[in-house]
Amino acid sequence: MSMPTYLGMPAFPEAAAEALANPQLRRNLAHATGTIRTKRAAAVAELTDWDELRAAAKAIKDHTLANLDHYLLQLEEKVTAAGGQVHWADGAAEANAIVASLTRAAGTDTVVKVKSMATQETGLNEALAAEGITAIETDLAELIVQLGRDRPSHILVPAIHRNRAEIREIFRREMPDAPAGLTDDPAELAAAARSHLRRAFLSATVGVSGANFAIAETGSLVVLESEGNGRMCLTLPETLISVVGIEKLLPSWRDLEVFLALLPRSSTAERMNPYISTWTGVRPGDGPRAFHLVLLDNGRTTALADKIGRQALRCIKCSACLNVCPVYERVGGHAYGSPYPGPIGAILTPQLRGMSSAADQALPYASTLCGACYDVCPVAINIPEALVHLRSLAVDSRRHARFQTDFPAERLALGAVAWTLRGRRRLAFAQRAASASRKLFGASGSAAWTRRLPLLGGWTRTRNLPVPPPESFRAWWARTRQDDASPDSPPEIAPGLPSPGTAPRQTGSGTADE
Amino acid sequence: MRIALFVTCLTDTLYPEAGKSVVRVLDRLGHQVVFPMEQTCCGQLHFNTGYRAQSLPLVRGFAEAFGGFDAIVTPSASCAAMVREYHPQLAEESGDRGLARAVAEITPRVHELSMLLTDVLGVTDVGASFPHRVTYHPSCHSLRMLRIGDAPLRLLRSVRGLDLSELPAADVCCGFGGTFSVKNPGVSAAMCADKCAAVLSTGADVLCAADSSCLMHIGGALARQRAGVTTMHLAEILASTR
Repeated sequence: MSMPTYLGMPAFPEAAAEALANPQLRRNLAHATGTIRTKRAAAVAELTDWDELRAAAKAIKDHTLANLDHYLLQLEEKVTAAGGQVHWADGAAEANAIVASLTRAAGTDTVVKVKSMATQETGLNEALAAEGITAIETDLAELIVQLGRDRPSHILVPAIHRNRAEIREIFRREMPDAPAGLTDDPAELAAAARSHLRRAFLSATVGVSGANFAIAETGSLVVLESEGNGRMCLTLPETLISVVGIEKLLPSWRDLEVFLALLPRSSTAERMNPYISTWTGVRPGDGPRAFHLVLLDNGRTTALADKIGRQALRCIKCSACLNVCPVYERVGGHAYGSPYPGPIGAILTPQLRGMSSAADQALPYASTLCGACYDVCPVAINIPEALVHLRSLAVDSRRHARFQTDFPAERLALGAVAWTLRGRRRLAFAQRAASASRKLFGASGSAAWTRRLPLLGGWTRTRNLPVPPPESFRAWWARTRQDDASPDSPPEIAPGLPSPGTAPRQTGSGTADE
Repeated sequence: MRIALFVTCLTDTLYPEAGKSVVRVLDRLGHQVVFPMEQTCCGQLHFNTGYRAQSLPLVRGFAEAFGGFDAIVTPSASCAAMVREYHPQLAEESGDRGLARAVAEITPRVHELSMLLTDVLGVTDVGASFPHRVTYHPSCHSLRMLRIGDAPLRLLRSVRGLDLSELPAADVCCGFGGTFSVKNPGVSAAMCADKCAAVLSTGADVLCAADSSCLMHIGGALARQRAGVTTMHLAEILASTR
């Protein structure tokens, strides 16, 4: 249950403040997410049965997750029967150790990698480096991130925060075989990366991949990609090691059809991906001679035990929720302190890592609950519902924590508000106090003292406070309308509306103290 | 029809004009409005911030205040969504079966104002007159939780003299998000800045919404900028007459 490379990063609010101050980043993100949002909407609109596909995908994933024990064993049996070897990894360190020892056993100190979220999660590249093994990322964007000694900031477009001028600088600085007069023309940049990578593909003897799907009935794996680098890594090396989260399972090939309709349109706004590679074990004379499947838990079974949180395991890593998220669009992916940024990261990361750190407790709060993510999710993950649920877990775990200095103030403030709201007389008293103080707020709520308030300081730095009115609504009602709602008059039953069937409560009247 | 008004704690305390306007509009249409004095708050602030246990007494209080009415109207899409979507869940979780039954009976009768007018009462022209240029911000919870669609726009288009300007990127959140606005003030302010720019680009004199909370947020920023744009709740515009 760890993501070693992200330890010690600042919590979301602090990390976001840094990102917000970078105008180049803001422009890069707004342009990229805006473009993909529009394209995705058009690609999805082409399918008249999108809602049915979405419901089917949700049902298939829920069924698979509920029967994971069965399908995992079926997968293991089929992979083994097809000449592959299955390894079970409880956590990140275990998965990394398995890959390192398999690489050493293959007699090499270099691996080529297909873009993979699971190995980002385990920090595989760093772990291999510590063992003296070099991992070469072959996805163009992952290569840019790796050469820039950077971190990915998007699930699908890891270098979304970089523009082409920045990419040219990285290539010129870090790629020894980059052409002398390299410009920032996209075709030139791609050609430079292509010839740089070609050497690695042709000499590598071990390839490392993840998988988008693992099909239990035949023990097959499926990778979707756009550049063809994946196909190279999956077919050229003698040994292939695939690190796959246990939630990636599908029972059958028939189920895959639903996801092949949903995933490309949701992620790259394409009708189909340029490359879809599938393989089953090993086959003499065709592709790798050894195949290893590392099945990764790393917190997934803990998430599975949570009734509301488990829906995050349906995720197929399409990134549609990142692209529509107004928070992600303004801060980018690094602020989330995890390979899984954006709305899905805010519910997945704290479940995989646990909620013991301030950073993980802050993640479920990195959302306005606007719901745009839920609308676009191809597997109907109710992200707002999960966020609110995880917030309550964060509050529970913070009760005992000392490091969250603003927490006692927040708890006290919300406790006081809850106490006030539990009785109408308390509320009326608070409203009268607010009205009596209205002159202190200055013209349109801009008085200087409001900017020094604890908790509310974040609000008043950029926004005026509302000025309390001379009287509350309930005071107005009591003064002008009290007689309209005599306690003795029962509510009429309107035609066409179902009868409540019970006697109305005598709530229409206020008392003199209101 | 006799309609109970759930005015919401925010409208009650800070924006009473929106509440009074609901009463005026429904009065004008010949309905009787009742204000159950026991009401306080739907519990959304606590629920959404993670203080689930503290929201339960407010769910109970809501059920006690609003039991037995045919229709309950509220000038907040967000609070209506909280009641309709999460009160049944919280009541169920509490293990109190009486409460769960009461909540199940009440929640389908809770309507946001524009939904009550267009769907339940079948009215789009409420006889209002408001000769100003107005732009409308559809709040996230009205769009994506309640799915009220274009009900507010249909009501606004029927207002005499009203010049409705379309708000660019209308469906993007304003950045309020309740306690998000103070827990992540920088991101919230950045989102609000974009919303304010969109509002100003319309040349509207008045920004209108079906939620006082979003208006408090956008309006607070517009006021700080001395932008010269007024914020008004949908109900206030619908209550205006010549």
